Amino acid sequence: MIRPDAPVLLEIRDLHARVEAKAILKGVNLTIRAGEIHAVMGRNGSGKSTLSKVLAGHPSYTVTGGSVTYRGENLLELDPEIRARAGVFLGFQYPVEIPGVSNLEFLRVSTNARRVHRGEAELDTFEFEDLVRERLQVVQMDPAFLERSVNEGFSGGEKKRNEILQMALLEPLVAILDETDSGLDIDALRIVAGGVNHLATPDTATLLITHYQRLLDAITPDYVHVMAAGRILRTGGKELALELEQRGYDWVDAELAALEGADADRQPAEVA
Amino acid sequence: MSSPQAVGDLVSQPYKYGFVTDIETEKIAKGLSEDVVRLISSKKEEPAFLLDFRLRAYRHWLTMVEPDWAALGYPSIDYQEIIYYAAPKQQAKKASLDEVDPKLLETFDKLGIPLSEQKRLSNVAVDAVFDSVSIATTYKEKLAEHGVIFCSISEAVKEHPELIEAYLGTVVPSNDNYFAALNSAVFSDGSFVFIPKGVECPMELSTYFRINSGDTGQFERTLIVAEEGASVSYLEGCTAPMFDTNQLHAAVVELVVLDDASIKYSTVQNWYAGDENGVGGIYNFVTKRGQCRGARSKISWTQVETGSAITWKYPSCVLQGADSVGEFYSVALTNNRQQADTGTKMIHVGPRTRSTIVSKGISAGHSANSYRGLVQIGPKAEGAKNYSQCDSMLIGDQAAANTYPYIRSQQPQAAVEHEASTCRISEDQLFYLQSRGIGFEEAVSMMVSGFCRDVFNQLPMEFAAEADKLLALKLEGSVG
Repeated sequence: MIRPDAPVLLEIRDLHARVEAKAILKGVNLTIRAGEIHAVMGRNGSGKSTLSKVLAGHPSYTVTGGSVTYRGENLLELDPEIRARAGVFLGFQYPVEIPGVSNLEFLRVSTNARRVHRGEAELDTFEFEDLVRERLQVVQMDPAFLERSVNEGFSGGEKKRNEILQMALLEPLVAILDETDSGLDIDALRIVAGGVNHLATPDTATLLITHYQRLLDAITPDYVHVMAAGRILRTGGKELALELEQRGYDWVDAELAALEGADADRQPAEVA
Repeated sequence: MSSPQAVGDLVSQPYKYGFVTDIETEKIAKGLSEDVVRLISSKKEEPAFLLDFRLRAYRHWLTMVEPDWAALGYPSIDYQEIIYYAAPKQQAKKASLDEVDPKLLETFDKLGIPLSEQKRLSNVAVDAVFDSVSIATTYKEKLAEHGVIFCSISEAVKEHPELIEAYLGTVVPSNDNYFAALNSAVFSDGSFVFIPKGVECPMELSTYFRINSGDTGQFERTLIVAEEGASVSYLEGCTAPMFDTNQLHAAVVELVVLDDASIKYSTVQNWYAGDENGVGGIYNFVTKRGQCRGARSKISWTQVETGSAITWKYPSCVLQGADSVGEFYSVALTNNRQQADTGTKMIHVGPRTRSTIVSKGISAGHSANSYRGLVQIGPKAEGAKNYSQCDSMLIGDQAAANTYPYIRSQQPQAAVEHEASTCRISEDQLFYLQSRGIGFEEAVSMMVSGFCRDVFNQLPMEFAAEADKLLALKLEGSVG
């Protein structure tokens, strides 16, 4: 839902980042307002996943330039756990397994960390059980998964549902979902997309990172961004995704080549 | 705190128990000789049988060599540089706590083991051992009503010599191994527990060992006997001040269980471990063994080993009685330059004997952590069963973990099952927890306590939470 007067939640300006010595993000600009759903599309290696990791604060990624402002605050200064408590959520493409740590306990500690940050009282085990059972319905998940270790032995679809369950409990203001559709069959995709739609409100925003149109059939984006070589190359409405679906990414390559040519032309001039 | 470097820079939590109590101590001169053994025995006014026991042990010790098969490296110990007896200057045993030096009571208060009537831990009787002597035992009268004897071993020698003579050295003979022989020659104090036939001990029993003097060795001796149908749960805790020299701790623990009796023996070991460069810390060479003499008897060892510069310790069960059961649950955590070589021996002698081994080793920093275990099934142990599970967790990339399982079976039908695994706390797991609002240190401790859950579940309730906290504390700043 686009409302020009809605408050800006996330403002990314000329963001550069590298992993080890390799520059991945080369000047990303993106403004996300409350109520909006953004989709970032692009080929493998275009920097989509890196963008999501940088926003969540993964220690392997180093920001080398630019800024990210979250509700007026410098997001890049915050430790990952503080970002999460403040309402930035990353749904992982490959959620890791954590043997020995009970899923229920993990969800409770995590939910309480967010609640304390918001000035709410911590939930005791009984109160939390009530809450989690209610939120399980969002993703139609079997309560048996609460008793297991975090993601351990979960199928791909179960892991993704567990991600959306966490999102339902943490009630983020900005939810970044990294390839949430990958590895899902049609039914699981429908459930996960239904969960995301259910959780989207006029006060929150969603950033979907995806390869495929099929997720966008289930979750209608307000904006579609095409990423290539670490930048957002083009921004449009939901029809841009359809265009990508029909035309493929070849035209992106052509546009990128033209742009890089322009860069090359411009740079010596700047030096001079 | 998010980058690995920043985490490595986190200051480790200082050892909380590293203080020294300033108290006048009676010490004998350094060094070990037959005269020293006689002196210790005479100071303790021991009967002749005990002096003989000590002298036999000493003479045998002289013929033995220090074992070197463990995966441990440390400079050789000069046994003539150690003081073998130190005691706070006061009368050996007080009629009531009011007469105990307040400094000693204060020391135990500071350690979280209040001994005075008003502040005692409810439902836990405590024997407090300071350097070489026991200074107080709580709830003795209440236990006596049930016929339970719980006192220092010195006191037991005086008041129940027939029990000491009947059981001492029958599980761990005085010539059993180098450190056990040394202990048998010079042991100073420790606890004695006797649970008579049919009695379920009405409260947890606990001994708290405190080394205070810098150059003193601690050689405690613990003996627990559970007669037919009796049962008891016993917990041992230990701390020491921080010195930049190493102190030797060579203890012997013997357990005897008769028909249908059971002993649950739990240890939370938190001796000073040395500093981050491996300077100082306790050398912990301990022989712990239990004998399931009776049918359907049971011994369960649970240990949480977090301290000591060197740990050499293999709490064992000799399963003689038919259908007897041995258990060993262990968490061994090493950090910085600590080294641990620990495990168990399950000796199946009787028919249908069963044993379970669950060992969790956690190595952080530059430490080395080895599990060494023996499962032996004798020719008469028809239908014996063992299940062993040995898991190692590595934190950081400088630590080492080894597993040395030995299985010897003379029973083709015996069921022996061994599982082992090694895992490493990965950056991605930590990031996952962090990205859900869980702080870095809490994330590590969640993963570690998840890893140790099976063992912590075996600890008496009052201590399980303590153990959890202790591990978290020990690991602070270790990940990076």
